[in-house]
Amino acid sequence: MQAIGLTFIDWLIIAIYFGFVLGIGFYLRSYTKTEDDFFLAGRKNTSWVAGLAFLSANLGALELLGMTGNTYKYGMYVAHFYWIGAVPAMLFLGIYMMPFYYSSRIKSIPGYLKLRFDEKTRVLNGVSFGVMTLLVSGINLYAMALVLHTFLGWNWDVSMWASALTVALYVTLSGLMSAIFTEIIQFFLIWFGLFLVSILGIIDIGGVNEVFSRIPEAFSKLWSTSGDPTQNGMMITWGGIVLGLGFVLSFGYWTTDFLVVQRALSAKDLRSARMTPILASFFKMAVPFIVILGGLIALALARDPGTGFTLLQDGGKINYDSALPMLIARYYPPGLIGLGVTALLAGFMAGQAGNISAFNTVWTYDIYHSVFNKKASPQNLLWMGRAATLAGIVISVGTAYWAKSFPSIMDYMQAIFSWVNAPLFATMLLGMFVKWITPNGAFWGLITGMGSSFTMFLAVKFSWIDPRFITMSSVQSDMAVNFWRAWWAWLICFGVTIAISLFTKKKPDEELVGLVKGLTPKTLGQPVPLLRRPAFWAVLSLIIFLALNIWFW
Amino acid sequence: MNDRTEPREQKKMKPIWYFVGLVLLTMGVLVFLTGIFMLVFGVKSTTALASLHPNIWWGAIMAVAGAVFFFKNR
Repeated sequence: MQAIGLTFIDWLIIAIYFGFVLGIGFYLRSYTKTEDDFFLAGRKNTSWVAGLAFLSANLGALELLGMTGNTYKYGMYVAHFYWIGAVPAMLFLGIYMMPFYYSSRIKSIPGYLKLRFDEKTRVLNGVSFGVMTLLVSGINLYAMALVLHTFLGWNWDVSMWASALTVALYVTLSGLMSAIFTEIIQFFLIWFGLFLVSILGIIDIGGVNEVFSRIPEAFSKLWSTSGDPTQNGMMITWGGIVLGLGFVLSFGYWTTDFLVVQRALSAKDLRSARMTPILASFFKMAVPFIVILGGLIALALARDPGTGFTLLQDGGKINYDSALPMLIARYYPPGLIGLGVTALLAGFMAGQAGNISAFNTVWTYDIYHSVFNKKASPQNLLWMGRAATLAGIVISVGTAYWAKSFPSIMDYMQAIFSWVNAPLFATMLLGMFVKWITPNGAFWGLITGMGSSFTMFLAVKFSWIDPRFITMSSVQSDMAVNFWRAWWAWLICFGVTIAISLFTKKKPDEELVGLVKGLTPKTLGQPVPLLRRPAFWAVLSLIIFLALNIWFW
Repeated sequence: MNDRTEPREQKKMKPIWYFVGLVLLTMGVLVFLTGIFMLVFGVKSTTALASLHPNIWWGAIMAVAGAVFFFKNR
C-alpha cells in the first residue's frame, strides 16, 4: 500500500537533515556546561526563538497528518483546535500567568506547585506528568514508524530505532538547547515542505472559492451549525466546544503543560517570556493554511472522479491520515518529495525531543532531587538529566513496542490529556488567583479531578454509563465525550479544592509573595514603547482571532 | 586534562538563524538543481501540475530565504 516512492535526491535530502541535527547536537555540546544550560537553555533566548519553539513543540507530524485527515472527515470544525482551542489560552498565559511562572525562577511546573502549595502536590504532578510524557512519547514513536512503514514502505524497526537514537544523542549532548534548535528548524521545514501542497492544490482546483464550492456547505462553517449536534460532523454543540475545548482542554494544555511552558521559561527576561506564547499565537492561527486547507483540497479532489484522487484504504475503511501523504504524492516531483518527507520526519523527531527534554527536567528536579537526593550537586543534577534522557528514550521505545501489540492504545492519547491537564488547570487557576487556597485543598482537589476523569473514561469505555450523561445530548462523537469529560473533571477539581480549602490550614501570606495575584506588588520598570508591549500584541492577536471566527462563522 | 593549558576563550555561539539559513539554503539549492536537471534533460514527471516545474521556483524561493538567514547571521 506504499504511496510515495523516493529517488536518490530525496534520500540525499533526508540524510542531510539527519546530519544537520546530529551536527547541531555536537556543536552545542561545548556550550552546555551548567544545569541551567542543559535544562533551560541558559535562559538566554529571545522571544522569537522561544516563541517558535513554544509552537513547534506542539506541531508534531502526527498532528499534521491527523488534523488534515480530520478536516477531510469533519470539515472546518477542525480549525477550532487552532483558534478557540489555542489562542485565548496562549494569550492568557502570556498576559496573566507568565509573570508568576517566570519571576518565581522555577525550573518546572511542578516546581511552582511546590512553592505555592507543598512537596506532595509537586511530586503528584511530577509523577503524573512524567508518566503521561513517556506514554505520549512512545505512542508518537509508534505512530511515526507506522506512518513511515505505510506511506514509504520503510522497515518498522529501523525507522523507529534510527530516529530514537538520533534524538537520544542530540538531547543527551546539549539538552533543551538542541531540542529548541531542532524545533525551530522543524518549523521552517514544515512550512517549506508542506505549504506548497496548499498552493498547488489551489492552482489545481482553480482558486480558494472553487475549493469551497466543491465541498458540502456545512464543511465550510465554524459555528453556524453548532446549535444542533446532528447538523455537524463532530456531533457536538457550541457549549462543548467553548467549555470543553476552548476553556478546559486548551487552557489546561497551553498554560500548564510543561512541554510548552518550558520553552517560555528559557527566555532571557520577563518581557520575552510573556511575548513567547503571544508571538506563537500568530503562527498557531496560520497552521490551518496547511492542515485545514490541505484537508479541504483533498476532499474537493476526491469528490471529483475526474481527478483520479482517492485516499488509501485499510481493510475496506478509508485511511483519513493518508490525505496529506496522498497530496504530496500527487503534486511533488523528485526533490520536493524528499523535502516533504523530511518535514514529516522533522515533526516526529522534534516532538520526540520536546517530550524527552521536558521529561528529563521534571524527573531530575521534581522526583530525583525532591525525593531521592535532596543534596545533589549541580554537576550531579546535570549528569542525572543526561541519564534521564537515555532512560526516557529506552522507555519510549518500550512503550512503542507495547503500542504495536496493542494498537487501540492510540485511541487513548487524547484522553490522557484530559486525565492530567484538565484538573491541573483548575489547581493552577485557583493557586495563582485565590490566596486562601490551601496545600491540602490543592492536593486532594487534584487527586479527585484526575480520578474522576479517569473513572468517567472507564465508565464510557466499558458502557457502565451512557455517554449522554456526560455530553448532555442525544448524539455524540468520541471527541465530544472527551471535551465534556475534561470540563467535568475541571469542575470537580475546582469544587473539591475550594471545599477542602475552607476547612484546612492556609499558607502564611508572606510565603506567597510573587506566587499569587494580590500578594505580588506590580513591578514598574522603564516605560516601554507600544510596539514592545506584550498587551499590544495580545490585543492584535485577539482581533485577528475574532476576525477569523466571524469570517468563517 | 592538561593543567598547564590556559583555558581558551570560547567562541561565541552561532545564532539559531544561522543554522536555519544553512539548512534551507542547502536543501533549496538541491531541490532547485533537481528541477533544472529535469528541465534541461527532459526528465518527465508524472505528478499533477508538473508543467509548472514547482521544484525550480520553490527550490529557488527556499534557497533565497536560506541565503538571507545564513549571510545575515554568519
